[in-house]
Amino acid sequence: MTWEVVIGLEVHTQLSTQSKIFSAASTAFGAEPNTQTAVVDIALPGALPVMNKVAVEKAIQFGLAIGAKVNRKSVFARKNYFYPDLPKGYQISQFELPVVEGGAITIRVGDEEKRINLTRAHLEEDAGKSVHEDFHGMSGIDLNRAGTPLLEIVSEPEMRSAAEAVAYAKALHSIVTWIGICDGNMQEGSFRCDVNVSVRRPGEPLGTRREIKNLNSFKFMEQAIKYEVNWQIEQIEDGHKIQQATILFDPDSGETRMMRSKEDAHDYRYFPDPDLPPLVISEDWIARVRSELPELPEAMQARFAQQYGLSDYDARTLTASKALAGYFEATVAAGADAKLASNWITGEVAATLNREEQDITACPVAAEALAGLIRRVMDNTINNKTGKDVLKKMWESGDAADTIIERDGLKQENDAGAVEAIIDGVLAANQAMVDEYKSGKEKAFNALVGQCMKASKGKANPAQVNEILKRKLG
Amino acid sequence: MTYTLKQAAELLAAGKTSAEELATDYLGKIAAANATLNAFITVDGDKTLAMAKAADAARAAGNAGLLTGVPIAHKDIFCAEGWKTTCGSKMLEHFVSPYDAHVVEQCTAAGLVTLGRTNMDEFAMGSSNENSAFGAVKNPWDLNAVPGGSSGGSAAAVAARLAPAATATDTGGSIRQPAGFCGVTGIKPTYGTVSRYGMVAYASSLDQGGPIAQTAEDCALLLNVMAGHDSRDSTSLEMAREDYTRDLAKPLTGLRIGLPKEYFGTGLSADVAQAIEAALTEYKKLGAEVIEISLPRTELAIPAYYVIAPAEASSNLSRFDGVRYGHRAAEYSDLNEMYEKSRAEGFGWETKRRILTGTYVLSHGYYDAYYLKAQKVRRLLTEDFLKGFTQCDIIAAPVAPSVAWNLGEKSNDPVANYLADIYTLGVNLAGLPALSHPVGFGAQGRPVGLQLIGNYFGEARLLNAAHQFQQATDWHSRAPAL
Repeated sequence: MTWEVVIGLEVHTQLSTQSKIFSAASTAFGAEPNTQTAVVDIALPGALPVMNKVAVEKAIQFGLAIGAKVNRKSVFARKNYFYPDLPKGYQISQFELPVVEGGAITIRVGDEEKRINLTRAHLEEDAGKSVHEDFHGMSGIDLNRAGTPLLEIVSEPEMRSAAEAVAYAKALHSIVTWIGICDGNMQEGSFRCDVNVSVRRPGEPLGTRREIKNLNSFKFMEQAIKYEVNWQIEQIEDGHKIQQATILFDPDSGETRMMRSKEDAHDYRYFPDPDLPPLVISEDWIARVRSELPELPEAMQARFAQQYGLSDYDARTLTASKALAGYFEATVAAGADAKLASNWITGEVAATLNREEQDITACPVAAEALAGLIRRVMDNTINNKTGKDVLKKMWESGDAADTIIERDGLKQENDAGAVEAIIDGVLAANQAMVDEYKSGKEKAFNALVGQCMKASKGKANPAQVNEILKRKLG
Repeated sequence: MTYTLKQAAELLAAGKTSAEELATDYLGKIAAANATLNAFITVDGDKTLAMAKAADAARAAGNAGLLTGVPIAHKDIFCAEGWKTTCGSKMLEHFVSPYDAHVVEQCTAAGLVTLGRTNMDEFAMGSSNENSAFGAVKNPWDLNAVPGGSSGGSAAAVAARLAPAATATDTGGSIRQPAGFCGVTGIKPTYGTVSRYGMVAYASSLDQGGPIAQTAEDCALLLNVMAGHDSRDSTSLEMAREDYTRDLAKPLTGLRIGLPKEYFGTGLSADVAQAIEAALTEYKKLGAEVIEISLPRTELAIPAYYVIAPAEASSNLSRFDGVRYGHRAAEYSDLNEMYEKSRAEGFGWETKRRILTGTYVLSHGYYDAYYLKAQKVRRLLTEDFLKGFTQCDIIAAPVAPSVAWNLGEKSNDPVANYLADIYTLGVNLAGLPALSHPVGFGAQGRPVGLQLIGNYFGEARLLNAAHQFQQATDWHSRAPAL
């Protein structure tokens, strides 16, 4: 009997604002504990929250980017519970009326495309951190993070495998970083995923879900979901019932473990925060944000295919990140042929970055420099193979392509007479191969081309060699 | 000598006294009377005199404003940098605020000198001042009587002439009722007029700061200082500064005073009714017209208030957890026990009662039946008032069903205390402005106050009416013999 996996995600994205969601304190990461705290963040008596408009604007940007409804009126609510790193004893969040509702994101697993619908996205504040390492028998509290703006993005339970869940998380990560509302730094906790997992027999109602909290890498997410799915199936097949619970994933053991059961679940006693009037977003504000929104990945992909004549695959690869797309367009703008630029960037450049475990933002060869190299391939100054060697040297030295070609004497030999002389020499020295070719062995032709290229020290134009050789043997 | 705020300002302006002299004089009075009245929780002569000297220096340098050097008292609910801000609670017994409330900032900027911090019901919860962790305040008119609450310390201090005026707050009557019980004048402005920034929150959607003073004119002067938009409070109204003294001199000819019949039924004691009747006669003499109106859902104010206020309080008071500041139990074995013991030890009974009530009404399964229903009632009560204001300019009503009761009389009966709030709660639920001014004496020679309720932003009209009344009568200038 088969099982169907049902997965929904709640993702906490830290919005990249200068100051906190309800105070003027800085949100910068890594400062000395409790140095970035205003009276609101320590929850002194009498302190009051004031909404950060930039955070709202980022929520609007997100809503528009995923085609969701941006609510003209949304309401902040208090989520009440006691915890030492929650200074007010409640978290200001949104409950009944969130700022963003609906919307959808396209994911791709293998060749399959799928639309994942979103339930909502709401604004809320982050809590502080408990610090256990430095204090013997005590806990420290660092409230620097308290009040950092979060957009909690909730999907519908529409993912059916770990791969889909990871693809969704990656797509979401790509969107929030693309539109610049979140730095996407998962190690620093800027993008944290809670994953709701349940299993059922196809066609049956939803099974009981367990929520895996705080996954901060795509790899762990995949491992955690796979482990959890197997665990749930085993439990049910052994005749047990799944109990609703919140669980944690331990990357060391690769297992999930219970954090709290439904019985321990808090009654958060949500109610509208009387310190904050409803958040009202005007049509004008939405229109302005819309006009300032950058071109989104899907639109850009379509444009790349159309404007540059690229394949869908190449267009999608180049629009995987805003930085990569920008690099491509800068290369083209600097005079490189679009198709060649695409080939070089998705080929040699991507492979080298991959080897060095870097992304395009760390590429030592600037787009203009790459264009300089591609131009030399285009005008037959060098051939493709030499180009790869030149790129390697550019990567290491930072020198321009022309400098390297000149210095190392890599210019392609385009003089037909000189090439003919080389070919004549090769034909004379390889009579056996010539005979083989003439007796019908096509392979011998390629071997002769190779010999000619070798004799030219790689500088001959392969197309020209081909042409002349064919004429002479023909 | 005792002075009104205005008199003190005039003496200072005329150079007939100095801020230091005034401060010294009042500090002496407080030292003499506070052991009896317990109106102040904290007095710090050094700080007061330093402020007074600074005010004198500012005046000497030609930088004096209207009220520079005039001493006032602050309710111990307004955070003031360097001052203990206890809010009447053991929880904050040793809490020294690192920042100023907007009200305190404004008062300091106006050159007002702080005489001390007045006693109050713990976290402003109460109407007798018996819920203070620092002992009950006594009514200066009768030491066996309560002064009212929660701003009992401010009202008693002004009544006993230990300060020309004091700041206070009103969530369900906490300015008007103690002003009434102590024979002084106090106004709660329209919700959003005075910033709540730095004012320890009890019930955020109801809390509002305001002045208590001897006269309506003084209230107008102090409200001029306390009011004003503050971007740090998101519920602060964005409106231009207004001069609350602007209409004081207007005659009352043609003023339509509405009497809600529901406020004058059974439950109102005869002595209070009589004093109010006499006051209304005086208002008629001044040219006002008195008409009967109806506020049919008045009695629903009590259950609605005692759902909404505790609900907000239960959440507002969660920050007092012993983690960052405030009382923390000496011994505990784990986190939960730290919370439980710290809060059990730090909060008094009334506070605990309201936290429990509030937690209950917000709980899963009860929220709709209590909190949402109460919010609906709140809208209905507001509609009643607005309908009333189509027939009259201001509404006159008792402040409380009786004069001040005896200390200890209701302290074991919370419901009796809650019921006595019937005439004041609706105003807070609707967010309307209302004042209370003295109109005579009732049983056992205890003061009676009259409440005047205005439409939104009607403060100047209310102050005008009370001022004209005070020009024609002298109830406001009677002082208790101590």
